[in-house]
Amino acid sequence: MPETTASLKNAGEPRNEEALIRRIREGEQELFYELIRPYERRVFAATLAILRNEADAEDAAQEAVLKAFKHIRQFRAEARFSTWLIQIAVNEARMRRRKQQAVVMEPMVDQRDDEGDYTPRDFADWREIPSETLERAEVRQKLAEALSSLGQKYREVFILRDMQQLSIEDTAKALGISVPSVKTRLLRARLMLRDLLAPGLGGSWSKALSFAKGNKPW
Amino acid sequence: MVVRCEEVWREVSNYLEGEVDPRMRAAMEEHFRGCKHCTAVLDGARNVIQLYGDERMLEVPLGFSQRLHRRLEEGMPRRRGNALGWMMALGFAALVLLSFEVGNSSRPSVLDLRSDMARSGIHIPADLAVVAVSDGKIFHVPGCRFIHDKDKLQTMTAGEAMREGYAPCVRCLKKYLSEGQILGQKEAQTARLEEEDPE
Repeated sequence: MPETTASLKNAGEPRNEEALIRRIREGEQELFYELIRPYERRVFAATLAILRNEADAEDAAQEAVLKAFKHIRQFRAEARFSTWLIQIAVNEARMRRRKQQAVVMEPMVDQRDDEGDYTPRDFADWREIPSETLERAEVRQKLAEALSSLGQKYREVFILRDMQQLSIEDTAKALGISVPSVKTRLLRARLMLRDLLAPGLGGSWSKALSFAKGNKPW
Repeated sequence: MVVRCEEVWREVSNYLEGEVDPRMRAAMEEHFRGCKHCTAVLDGARNVIQLYGDERMLEVPLGFSQRLHRRLEEGMPRRRGNALGWMMALGFAALVLLSFEVGNSSRPSVLDLRSDMARSGIHIPADLAVVAVSDGKIFHVPGCRFIHDKDKLQTMTAGEAMREGYAPCVRCLKKYLSEGQILGQKEAQTARLEEEDPE
């Protein structure tokens, strides 16, 4: 008796992606929606990391998912489907970015070589930014601006690893770079963001935010 | 093992990933205890990971999923199953009917008969004069006392009556029916044997 879509969705049951992919290849194409559902957000995050524009990122994400469907027979079971899908998304976004490159200026930080050590610029005591402040749109905006100012190679590693929680290895595979490169770029991305958000330097914005009486500012 | 600030900065990310060996880890922890600058670097990097790892930091545009599914639907090959499936089903049904008809016409009539009366009817002499009511179902030997509507009777041969779809009366034509039943079974058996062994 064939499995039903519902049986694949049972709470607590691990998704059998191998079975889903086999059935899609055999013609049950509507199951592809089920296969990609958990990764839609990641695909968008990957294209956004590269294109930095929501509309372009969404269009690239759609195209990437469609390409994944059309080339599902090329997927090799030894790889993780999510990594393969993100790879397609990254390639799609990079291709579009290359087309735009003539008019896109890279921020200054992107000119840094990732060889050599990075020296943190701010040594003041770190005043923690609590997660609760993310409820505030202006805080999210400042964090987004800081992330946006990173060079592409740092931003994409940081987004896949720290925002989408891909493993270091999967991040390396998705981006087509080595594991040591991922680690180096991740270190730089984290330290650069820290500098950008530190109150003494780029993070002086945090002092301007008002707090209700009794609440401790960071 | 003593580590300098530069080494701590180089390894701080790996330290947060839990990817430094135990000796280095112990050395870094010792360093953090005495260096507030490096502690500030560590705290800041950890805070950055915590903040950006929060789901609120990446808002997928409203309707993203629906638009994605719509695009997929447009890009997927159309299911030809409906039209093609119906055509195939009709073709198959026609084939079955055709083969059934061919089978019927090629078999001995004795095997096709489905009732005792009909089977026996074939042994009634075709030129035997019989009567039947025009809008009835049965044909009789003239004078049969089981004829109804005697004023509507038509005279014909038994062959004509059977071609018209009339069935023989089980009373007045009883002798043909009994004989036919036995003969019919024998013929059917012979026909089955011939099918199993065409030689």
